[in-house]
Parts: sequence; C-alpha cells; structure tokens
Amino acid sequence: MLIKNVFKRFGGVKALQGCSLEIEKGKITALIGPNGSGKSTLFNAISALITKDRGKIELEGEDISRMVGYKIAKKGISRTFQEVRLFKHLTIRDHLQIAISDDESLIKSFLVFDGISDKRIQEVLDRVHLDKPLGTFVTDLSYGQRKLLDLAIAIAKPHTLLMLDEPVAGVNPRLRKVIKEVLVRLSKEGETLLIIEHDMNFVMDLADVVYVLDEGRVIAHGKPKTIQKNKKVLDAYLGE
Amino acid sequence: MLENYIIHIAILICIYTIFSVSYNVALGYTGLITLAHVALYGIGAYTSALLTRAGYPFISGILLAGVVAAIFGFFLVYTTRKLKGDYLAMATLGFAFVAYSIEINWTGLTRGALGLPGIVKPALFGFRIGSNVEMLLFVFIVAVISIAIMWRIVRSGFGRLMEATRDDETGVEVLGKNAFAIKAKAMMISAFFAGIAGSLFAHYISYIDPGTFYLTEIILLLTIVIVGGAASMRGSIIGAVLVVVVGDVLRLFDLPSVLIGPSRHIIYAVLLLCVLLYRPRGILGRVDLI
Ligand SMILES: Nc1ncnc2c1ncn2[C@@H]1O[C@H](COP(=O)(O)OP(=O)(O)OP(=O)(O)O)[C@@H](O)[C@H]1O
Ligand SMILES: [Mg+2]
Repeated sequence: MLIKNVFKRFGGVKALQGCSLEIEKGKITALIGPNGSGKSTLFNAISALITKDRGKIELEGEDISRMVGYKIAKKGISRTFQEVRLFKHLTIRDHLQIAISDDESLIKSFLVFDGISDKRIQEVLDRVHLDKPLGTFVTDLSYGQRKLLDLAIAIAKPHTLLMLDEPVAGVNPRLRKVIKEVLVRLSKEGETLLIIEHDMNFVMDLADVVYVLDEGRVIAHGKPKTIQKNKKVLDAYLGE
Repeated sequence: MLENYIIHIAILICIYTIFSVSYNVALGYTGLITLAHVALYGIGAYTSALLTRAGYPFISGILLAGVVAAIFGFFLVYTTRKLKGDYLAMATLGFAFVAYSIEINWTGLTRGALGLPGIVKPALFGFRIGSNVEMLLFVFIVAVISIAIMWRIVRSGFGRLMEATRDDETGVEVLGKNAFAIKAKAMMISAFFAGIAGSLFAHYISYIDPGTFYLTEIILLLTIVIVGGAASMRGSIIGAVLVVVVGDVLRLFDLPSVLIGPSRHIIYAVLLLCVLLYRPRGILGRVDLI
C-alpha cells in the first residue's frame, strides 16, 4: 500500500500535513509517534471514516482515495480502533459471523439456514487465545478479553492488509506477550501488518520497518535499530 | 353481544400485532428511531381502499398497500440517511405530518376529511368474507404468515447485520458491509408489513379518514413496542394484546365518548412512562434504544 501526501485539518488543528508511507507486503510496519501526532487520524483517512483534504492512497496498485468506507473494507483492509469497538448487544459468535461472512444478501440469508460454523469461529478464537463460550455477550467480557475479540474480528475478516491501532494499549504484561506472539505468527504466515504503537520498545523487536510521525509528518523511517538512534525521533519523544 | 365484542378485539389484536412487530423490526432491531410508522400504515390503508374502490380486487389492494408503503419507507431512509437519534425522529415526524396533510388536502384523491367510506370486506379466490368470525380467521392467518416471515428475517444472518447496524453503523462499514443498504432493506420490510396491516384495518373497519392516522397515534405503537420490549417479537405481541385490551376495555365503563379518546391516551402515556422509569427494556426487551 502506498500513502502519498495526505493532509487533514480539524478546524485549526493540522492533524496530517503531507504524510507519506509505503507499506511493504508481508512485512510488519510500525507507526509510532507522540500523542496527537496523527496516527489514528491516518488510519481513519485510509479507511475513509474521515474525508481527507488532500492526498492519494493506493492499495495493490489501485487508487482507493475516493472509495466509501465499506468498499475499502471489502477491498481488503481490516482494522481495529484505539478504543475497542464492539456491537454492544451482540455475542462473540455474532461478531465473528459478521466478520467472516462477506454476504449481506437479505434473500439468501432468508432462504439458507446455515451461517459460518462454530468450528471455524472457534479456530479464530483459539488463534488469539480467547477462551470464552461463543454465546457470551461482549458486555460480559473484561477489557483484555474485549481487546482479544477485537483482534480476532480483524483477523477473521477477509483482508490483505491488517491495521491495528495500539493492540496492546492498557493490557497487562502477560497479555501483551500473548498478543505479540499472535502478531509474530501472523507475520510468519505472510500477512501484511501496519501497527500503531505508542511504546517504542514494543515495536523494536517486532517491526521490520518503523515510521515515526510527528505533527502529522513522517520525520523518519527505516529499520528499528537505526530509528532508535535517530536524533529527531528522540527529540520528538522527549519533547512530548 | 359479548362474543361479538371479543371477536372484534381479537381482530384488532391481530392487526396491531402485525403493525407493532413491523415497527419493532425498524425501531428495535435496526435502531431506526422513526415516528412515521403510522403514516406508512395509513399509506397502506389508503392504497388498498382506493384500489378496491376503483374496482381492483382485494388481493392487489393489500399487496400494493405493502409495496407502496415499502417504497415510501425507502424514500424515508434515503432522505434521512445522514441523521441519527433525535434528529432522525424529528425528520420522520415531519414525514408523518406531510403524509397527513396530503391525505387531508388532496381531496380529489382521498376526499379529504370526509374520508373513504364503504371499503369492501376482503375477498379471495371469489370468496368474500361476510362474518366477523371469517374476518378473524383471515387476519389471524395473515398475522401468522407476516410474523413468521419477519421472525425468520430477524433470526437470519441479515437480522444479525440489522442489529449490528443499530449498535454501531461505522463498525458495520469497517467490516465491509453497506450500512445504508441494510437500513434501507430493514425499513422496507418494516414498511411493507405496516402497509399490510393498514390494508387489513381499512377493509375491516370499512371507513378511513386522515384522523385515523394522525401523528399522535404513534404513541399507541411506541407504547406497544416499548412496553413489550425493543428487539423482541414476543414482547411486541404481548404488548399489542395488552394495549388493545386496555384501550378498548374503557368502553365497557359508562364514560362519555368525548372522554374515551383522551383517557386512552393518558393510560398509554402513564404505561409508557412507568416502563421507561422502572423497566426501561420493557417486558421482554433485550436492548436499550438510547
Ligand atoms: N474528529 C476529530 N475532530 C477534531 N480533532 C481531531 C479529531 N480527530 C483527531 N483530532 C485531532 O487531531 C490530532 C491528531 O490526533 P490522532 O488521534 O490522530 O493522534 P494519535 O497520534 O493517534 O495520538 P494518540 O497516540 O494519543 O492516540 C489531535 O490533535 C486531535 O486532537
Ligand atoms: Mg491514536
């Protein structure tokens, strides 16, 4: 995926000021940067939840800049939100049924009884080590479990690019390790990942490439090792 | 006498069950806060009454009642697609008011406030319904079929998408589903059955006028759905029985007729308030609407 020169202002706030990134297939790209540097805004611009002022976004050579949100998602972008976003009256099973199935036909679902099998849903849950009955309502899950379900949904939805907004924010160290292992395994299987992370240390031994955002601009990118020593990056973080 | 009365109540319950379950499809299952449902019911009633008065058979009247209401349902979602919550409610109330104004002012078509009298009893395959017992049997069958269809829809994969759209439209879109299309289809299903219920009502009572479908009638429907419980079909059926019986039982007391209307509305309002205060999810509801 290619992101070229994206601009976005919210009133007086310049959230993105000419942001450009290239995400390589089959790699883990990390997007880091201080609070308010525009990381989540970039995700929202990519998935067309906000309209960008300027800029172009290409997915596998196709310009998706003018597509509406659900079409971009259908094209193969799967994402999570910084704040876990679930359907509050639905169960774990419901969520994964919706995520896995790309069918929204009324007539077909009226005539055909079977949906996605519980076995397939269970497989996804096992991947993220979420051990809860499928009929559990999401309001009955703990924060960590909700975070895992959120991840499972994004993984289960058909996609070519997986974008995660702070997948380990607010979770305990044990769960952090679990999630990290899940991500490593996904990457080994050939997935393309774009991960926002606040904490530099988390991404250092995970990411193949790191992009550093500050005030809506990419101030540095490259291998984690070189980024760690980059003076501009250290300044941005210390000046926070 | 009492027997006739009970049959009358039972017929109304069947019609109101279709009506309120269809409302729940939009309001409870899909989260479309619409106050135009009575208008859609009225559009169905007028469509069917006008067609049969023009000599078309009952079957085309009732089916087109559903179809025309569904078209208006689509128009309603389309024009309000950017609105949510209270704003959506206000806009749909506006729609209801426009429908009422048209019914009352387009006298060439609707005879305005004079209403449409002499609407024929339903007839199917050359057999015309004569007695109220036959009418009851007929509306009961239509109610069972209608509810079975709506039940199947809300239990299907599409029903799950309706509920997800109610909970979080953006969440649905992020998973690659067209939330507008889901809302439009859900509203059209809901409106279709409101139209069917309107047609049944017109052909049973045999007279309709714009006042029958005035804005305030939505209170009755809201009471049914909220007392029974949002996103519960059984709840709406129980609600319909309760509200129709409570509303009509007043006639058994010797109240002057000018008091019956207002006191019914007071009873509904009190019922609605009590449920909202002490049991916000209603008798069998699963979701909080707001
Ligand atoms: N919908 C919005 N309306 C107005 N301002 C917004 C909106 N979304 C983001 N902003 C502003 O844009 C800037 C960038 O926000 P963004 O959420 O992208 O930062 P972030 O890099 O994700 O930060 P964090 O690490 O805290 O999540 C902030 O100043 C924020 O206040
Ligand atoms: Mg953020």
